[in-house]
Amino acid sequence: MSGGGSGTLQIKAISGHAGTVPGRGAQRDEAEGVCKVVDVTTCIGCKACEVACVEWNGYPFHETTFDNTFQTMPDTRWNYYNLIRFNEHEFQDGTFGWLMRKDQCMHCVDPGCLRACPADGAIVQYTNGIVDFHQESCIGCQYCVTGCPFNIPKFNPETKKVFKCTLCSDRVNVGLEPACIKACPTGCLHFGTKADMTELAQNRAAQLREHTSHKNAGVYDPQGISGTHVIYVLHDITNPEAYGGLPSNPRIPLLVRMWKGPLKWLGNLAMVGGIVGVALHYLRFGPKEVDKEEVKK
Amino acid sequence: MTAGADRIVRYTLRERVIHWLAGFTYLYLLTSGLAFYAPQLYWLATILGGGATTRFWHPWFGLVFTVVMLWMHAIWRRDMRITETDRQWTREVEKYIENRDEELPPADRFNAGQKQFYWIMLASTGLLLLSGFVMWFPEYVPRSVVALRSVAVLIHEIAALITIGAFIIHVYMGLFVVPGGFQAMIHGYVSRRWAQAHHRLWYARLSSEPAAKK
Repeated sequence: MSGGGSGTLQIKAISGHAGTVPGRGAQRDEAEGVCKVVDVTTCIGCKACEVACVEWNGYPFHETTFDNTFQTMPDTRWNYYNLIRFNEHEFQDGTFGWLMRKDQCMHCVDPGCLRACPADGAIVQYTNGIVDFHQESCIGCQYCVTGCPFNIPKFNPETKKVFKCTLCSDRVNVGLEPACIKACPTGCLHFGTKADMTELAQNRAAQLREHTSHKNAGVYDPQGISGTHVIYVLHDITNPEAYGGLPSNPRIPLLVRMWKGPLKWLGNLAMVGGIVGVALHYLRFGPKEVDKEEVKK
Repeated sequence: MTAGADRIVRYTLRERVIHWLAGFTYLYLLTSGLAFYAPQLYWLATILGGGATTRFWHPWFGLVFTVVMLWMHAIWRRDMRITETDRQWTREVEKYIENRDEELPPADRFNAGQKQFYWIMLASTGLLLLSGFVMWFPEYVPRSVVALRSVAVLIHEIAALITIGAFIIHVYMGLFVVPGGFQAMIHGYVSRRWAQAHHRLWYARLSSEPAAKK
């Protein structure tokens, strides 16, 4: 299935091209969407994905900071979508290791950013599952930051716009893989359909459980937000917090769901009710006429 | 215009200026706020210059509104004090709703309903200001207290809805229920009959001390 019905062109063959065709075999089934797998267990923390990301998006490189760990930067930034989080960790069998997790937008099936955003057209979700920010419609209110359970959207104080990983929607749109996938030297990153990637991730997790000491290995695809289009293979699915604060059950904050849900309808009802109420009052009781009356003294 | 035999000053020029400053800044805050409140009303932001422009001005207008409210408070604070008579009036408010005003305890310069409107707006302004600052600069709210952001939006929306309810009644009363009320806020005068019917205590006070009239 080439093109995936999305109206885009997916390349099947390239003239005079050595090696494989980029993106070949990556199906774009709109019903299930695309998916990126991050196999944390084979990540070596080389940051090639970070470099590929800033290069593809045309952003400047940032000076790194030193905090006595391998962490080169405290957090992602508005122009640094993708950051490997390093965490020292002692495994169940007593061995020491680094947990290295590539942190970026999870492209939630039920995106809190999109739900919270008040600006028409500032955040869109494509049928392939990619959640994308359209900065020309962004008003800089940062409700998306409040709605996101992963703390992903980042504010540019200069332009008053919010940015985040696009899952390279511009590349995926023309049948290419995201830039980070292309750059990964260990093959810990994969890209394809949600079904294919889920199968791949599950197989890898099963392999870890059977052939290594990581008996709790599993796939992180949190259902509190109806799943994500970026999934992780973790050594220990019971403790995602160890991977630099990955929430074990991410949800759109309750208050955000309240002010975008029941409160909105209650408020609308109250406002319309108020106007209808005073109109009915006028019909029933009318004005307090006094000028026609005699002054009683 | 001067106060004639049948006309007395209801609002001084300063009071009217303050009232309309508050009124128009509130209207801007209302329309721009509603644009962000409901997607069905986002077109209001387009009218006001676009989403980003509206997002820029809304907090500044909020500051102006707050200053105007504080100024209003300095001038009307005493007139707005709620008395025992007002409490009695509030208990019998259904008489006011049903236009049986003559059965109610007499009102001073402002009746208990007007006073309540005033205090509701002033208290809401405080809540809107505090929550509004969090929403103005959410980037300075540390991630450890990130819940503060959604709490602020919730408080802001609830406080705004309360003011909208009060505002609907206020505009309705001034424009439709109390003929002469709106005109009084424009040119400052009411008739003696009007004053006696709606604000008997105030009228009595004015009549007994004519020097107090400006």
